[in-house]
Amino acid sequence: MEIVYKKPSNLSETQPNNFCPGCMHSTAWKLIGEVLDEMELTEKCVWIAGVGCVANAHRYIELDQFNQPHGRACAGASAFKRCNPDTFLFTYQGDGDLAAIGLGETISAANRGDNFTVIFINNGIYGMTGGQMAPTTLIGSKTTTTPFGRTAGEHGYPIHMCELLNTLQAPSYIARCTTADVPNVRKTKNCIRKAFQNQLDGKGFSFVEIISNCPTNWGMTPLESLDYIHDVVLKEFELGEFRCR
Amino acid sequence: MQEKKFMKGCEAVAEAAVRAGCRFYAGYPITPQNDVPEYFSRRMPQVGGVFLQGESEVASANMLLAAAASGTRAMTTSSSCGISLMSEAISWLAMHHLPAVIGNFQRGGPGIGSIQPSQQDYTQATKASGNGGFQMIVLAPSTLQEAADMTYEAFDLADKYSFPVLVLLDGFTGTMMEPVAMPEAKSDEEVAAIKASKTWVPRGREKDHTLHNITDGAPLQERNIREAEMYEAWKTTEVKWEEYLTEDAELIISGYGIAARIAKSVVNDLRKAGYKVGLIRPIRVNPFPAQAFEKLNYEKLRGILCTELSIPAQYAVDVRNVVHGRTPVGTALSSGGEIITADAIYEAAVEMYGKL
Amino acid sequence: MAKGKVEIDAEACKSCLFCIKTCPKNVLDITDAVNSKGYQYVVPVNAEECIGCAMCATICPDAAITVYR
Repeated sequence: MEIVYKKPSNLSETQPNNFCPGCMHSTAWKLIGEVLDEMELTEKCVWIAGVGCVANAHRYIELDQFNQPHGRACAGASAFKRCNPDTFLFTYQGDGDLAAIGLGETISAANRGDNFTVIFINNGIYGMTGGQMAPTTLIGSKTTTTPFGRTAGEHGYPIHMCELLNTLQAPSYIARCTTADVPNVRKTKNCIRKAFQNQLDGKGFSFVEIISNCPTNWGMTPLESLDYIHDVVLKEFELGEFRCR
Repeated sequence: MQEKKFMKGCEAVAEAAVRAGCRFYAGYPITPQNDVPEYFSRRMPQVGGVFLQGESEVASANMLLAAAASGTRAMTTSSSCGISLMSEAISWLAMHHLPAVIGNFQRGGPGIGSIQPSQQDYTQATKASGNGGFQMIVLAPSTLQEAADMTYEAFDLADKYSFPVLVLLDGFTGTMMEPVAMPEAKSDEEVAAIKASKTWVPRGREKDHTLHNITDGAPLQERNIREAEMYEAWKTTEVKWEEYLTEDAELIISGYGIAARIAKSVVNDLRKAGYKVGLIRPIRVNPFPAQAFEKLNYEKLRGILCTELSIPAQYAVDVRNVVHGRTPVGTALSSGGEIITADAIYEAAVEMYGKL
Repeated sequence: MAKGKVEIDAEACKSCLFCIKTCPKNVLDITDAVNSKGYQYVVPVNAEECIGCAMCATICPDAAITVYR
C-alpha cells in the first residue's frame, strides 16, 4: 500500500501543537502546510504572525516567521514585501487582530493591492484572552464581555470582511471558506492554493477567510462546534469566492 | 572643501538618510515635518528605494518594523503626538533587536498641542519611547549640519547595536534653512552589502533564519539583563557632548538642540559683558553625558542654568540628578511652541550669576 | 484484506472525535487508553473495514493520521 495522506513537512514532529482539542487553527495550519509543500514554497516562504492564539503554535509551525504587534501584520507585510519582493509572504491573523484593532491596516493594505496573502481565521471570538466579543461575534452570542448576548443596538452587527474588502478595486482574490467538514476542508485548501498562486503571479492582495471554531470559549465539545458552524454561523457568513482574478 | 547647499532641515535629514543607505521610508503627514515624506517620495524612486505613505503613524511605524526585519536600512519621522502613536512599533523594534532610525521633529504639547517648535518630548525620548523600559541612543542636533551628519550616523549606530536610534529634532530645525555639506553617499554596492550582512533576516527556511517573539519569562529576563548591560556600556562608549568656554566658567548654561544654539549666542554676549560663563551641550541626550558635569569645579561654580523649550523642565531634571546639589540648578524655559529668547536666557543667567 | 490502513499518532491525538464522526466505515473509536497528555486517543477498532479514503486524515486538525491505500 502507498501513502495517500501524511502530515506536511513543515509541521514539527517534536514540538507540541498547543492549540486546544478540536480547534481548527490546527486544520488551517495543516492546509497551509500542505499547499506550501505541494507548491514547493516551504523553504522559501516567510509568514507574519498576528497576535492571539497563533502564538500557541509558533514552534510547531516550522516556517520562517516574525511577529507584528496586534493588528499590524498587513502594514508590516506591505513594507516587507516591497523591500524583499522575492520573498513569498503571508500573514496569519484572527478576527480580533484583523477586523478590530487592525481594521485600518487590513483595509489599507488591501486597497493598495500589496502583493501578499492574508489567511484570516474567523471564529467569532477572542480566544487567547478568554472569550471576549469579537467584531465577528454573532447577534445573541454570549461572550465574557457580552454576558447577556450580543445585541445589535448595543454592539452593532457582525462585520463581514470579505464583503467589505470586495468593495475595493485592488484585491485580486477574496474568498470565504470553512474547515467544518471534509468537502469544505478540500475547498479551503483550493482557496489557499489560488490565493498563493495569485501572489506568485504578482496579481496583488489575496485574502482567504476561514470560518473556524473555538470549542473552549464557545463552551462546546469539538463536535458540537462543527454543528454550530453549519447550523448557525454559516447562516450569517456566506461561503464562496467573492473575487478571483 | 565640500560644497554646501542651502537646504531646509527636513530635506537635509531626508537626503542624509538616503546617502547613508536608507532604502525604506514610511511616514504619515504631520506638521512640522511634512517635507520629510514629501522629499522621500521624490527621492526613493531615484535610488531604487521604497516610499510608503502609511495610513497612520501606527501603521507607518509598523511598516518600519517590518522593513527593518527585511534587512533594509529604514527610517520614519513624525512629530510629538505622532511619535506617541509610533511607540508601539518602537518598543517592538527594541524587543526584536532590529535596527531602524526614527526622527522626532518636536512640536508643542501635550496632546495635539501646537505646530510650533518645542522640546517637550525629552523624557519620552530618553526614558520611555514605548512600554517595557528599553532605551535608545538619542541624537540631538542643534544645527542643520548636525541634523544631516547625525541622521547619517544614526544608521551606523542602529546597525552597530541592531537597535532603534532616535534623532531628536524640533520644528525649528525642521523648517529653517541653512547651508549644509552633505555626507558622502553610499554606493549601491555598499547598500546591498549592508543588507546582505544581516544574517537574521527571515528569508525562508532554506536560509535557516527565524526571528522569534520571546514571550517566555525566563529568556526575556535574560535578554533584558543583557540589554541593561548594553545601556550601561553606552554611558562610557556612546556619550557625546560639547563644552564651550567652560574652563574658567563660574556659571554654566546647559541645554540641547535648538535651546543650546540660542544659549551659545547668549554665552558670547555674556562673555563680552565680562561674565565668566560657559556652555555644556549634550550632542546625545541618551546616554546622558554625566561626565561633562563631573568635570566641573564646583568650588568656584555659582550655578548651572538649564534652558529648554519645555515647561515643566525635563532636561534640567537629568542635570539635577548628576549635580546632586553641589551647585544650584536654575532654569530658563518656554513651552507650547514659544521659542525662548536670547534675552530671557541672558537675564536669567545674570540673575543667577549675581555680582560681577 | 482491508483496502486501506490508518496509522494514528497517539501522542498528537487530542480526542476531538472529528475523525470518528467522519469515517464512513466506522473504523475508528476511542478506548480506555490515554496518551501522556491524558487524551483518550483514537484507534482503528475495525481496521479491516478501512478503504483508505483519507476523510479521517482530512478532517483531523492535528495531522495525527497517516493513510495508506
